[in-house]
Amino acid sequence: MGLEQKLGNMGVVTLKLEQTMNWGRTNAMWPMLFGLACCAIEMMSAQASHYDMSRFGMELMRASPRQSDLMIVAGRVTRKMAPVLRRLYDQMPDPKWVVSMGDCASCGGIFNNYAIVQGVDEVVPVDVYVAGCPPRPEALIHGIITLHEKVRGEKIDNWA
Amino acid sequence: MNDDFKPAVKTLVDRFDAQIEEHRGDISLSIPRQHVVETCRTLRDELGFEMLIAITAVDYWPQQSPRFHMVYQLLSLHHNVRISLRVPLVGNYPTADSIECVYPNANWYERELWDMFGIRFEGHSDLRRIVMPYDWEGHPLRKDYPLGYEEVQFSFNYEEIDERKPYAKD
Repeated sequence: MGLEQKLGNMGVVTLKLEQTMNWGRTNAMWPMLFGLACCAIEMMSAQASHYDMSRFGMELMRASPRQSDLMIVAGRVTRKMAPVLRRLYDQMPDPKWVVSMGDCASCGGIFNNYAIVQGVDEVVPVDVYVAGCPPRPEALIHGIITLHEKVRGEKIDNWA
Repeated sequence: MNDDFKPAVKTLVDRFDAQIEEHRGDISLSIPRQHVVETCRTLRDELGFEMLIAITAVDYWPQQSPRFHMVYQLLSLHHNVRISLRVPLVGNYPTADSIECVYPNANWYERELWDMFGIRFEGHSDLRRIVMPYDWEGHPLRKDYPLGYEEVQFSFNYEEIDERKPYAKD
């Protein structure tokens, strides 16, 4: 059954605004081109032809925060990098989401010391945490699909 | 080390009051702090050590005093010979003479030593931190610098730590 059968003779589809907006948001969620450490290698391979994240409408890694919807924090965040990260987050237009990729970004990982932020959720609000050191591209894609599910469930009164 | 260099190194020992150490053919000279610049200049101009490979430091606290030793690695591309200089520094916040006037690339190495060990360099053109943020307090590679260890969250103490953990707001 295709769309044309639902249309009938009138050429009109009725949908809830919530559903339409959330559907649009999930299927063109452009991530920011922003790698911090070895997780970025896995992020690149998730993007490249073998795993091909563009299947989920994420074909473009934008090099500017002003054109992106999703920040994938791929790697450990040093205390020197933290203000930069927050600034990039602030420059992204709403609505925006954050995926904390890997152990280091989620909780400091093996780097429990003075130089590394113990979890990027101290700096930016995180939607999805992906475990692994580094997570495989499948794990990252799973994290992103989880985020899509979350976005599909958003209510209109939660929108900023 | 090449036997041709032995007499040349001997003159350095006499001139700059150095002590010589040899380990498996690698020569290391221990020289007092005030002769560093002159030694480097002699090595560069008279013995053909064109290249400064690294300056680093070691903190021997609390076992040894003086606690800081600076280590210079020099290379002669022409003769294919390496030499290292070791300079003990007295005190907790020592100063040394900058060798930027001899090897310009010492600039960044000396900034790193200031950043990581708190060794000041006299005659340096731009002594700022290079790795840590400018407003950082302390010098992290010192042995008495706290590691900044944070307590790890497990299932038994998750709630307790979660309460005082700082979270970002939107």
